[in-house]
Amino acid sequence: MALPKEEIKKLILSSIPDAVIDIKDLMGDNNHYSANIKSKMFNGLSKIDQHKLVYKALKGKMGNELHALSLNTEVK
Amino acid sequence: MEIKEKIQKLINENNICLFMKGTPDAPQCGFSMAVSNVLKHLKVNFNSINVLEDEKMRQGIKDFSDWPTIPQLYIKGNFIGGCDIVKEMFENGELKTLLEKKKLI
Repeated sequence: MALPKEEIKKLILSSIPDAVIDIKDLMGDNNHYSANIKSKMFNGLSKIDQHKLVYKALKGKMGNELHALSLNTEVK
Repeated sequence: MEIKEKIQKLINENNICLFMKGTPDAPQCGFSMAVSNVLKHLKVNFNSINVLEDEKMRQGIKDFSDWPTIPQLYIKGNFIGGCDIVKEMFENGELKTLLEKKKLI
């Protein structure tokens, strides 16, 4: 099970249109990523809620098709 | 007892509760290992629950906190975060401050 980088970006942008996304494929296996995401939508949200926003954008793929995505979120 | 009640009981009765894959001495996932190592480094007592031993728990905890991954750390009944957030809080000192405020360190 794996999810290509472009698919992750597309999903995130569909819910967080202003997101500036930097994704790294840590192991070259389309399954272990780290992502730095900046968005105005994070303003005023706790870290947990910022990450939850990203997980919701990924529509249930996090923890399923997508095994590992280390998240770093920043306000813009 | 329903899984939700079981989880609520666990996080109420344990000041620091880590739901993880494996155990602190035999972690079965890098993210779970990272969080248990942070707690070991801070020398705090914590209760760990191996979700690999109970599929209902493994799914139940994700529903309970509306958080899709394991590990999950709870302090004084509150969800603190998964590996990313706990590591970030550890690195910027927030985790230690929180533990001090709750008189757990």
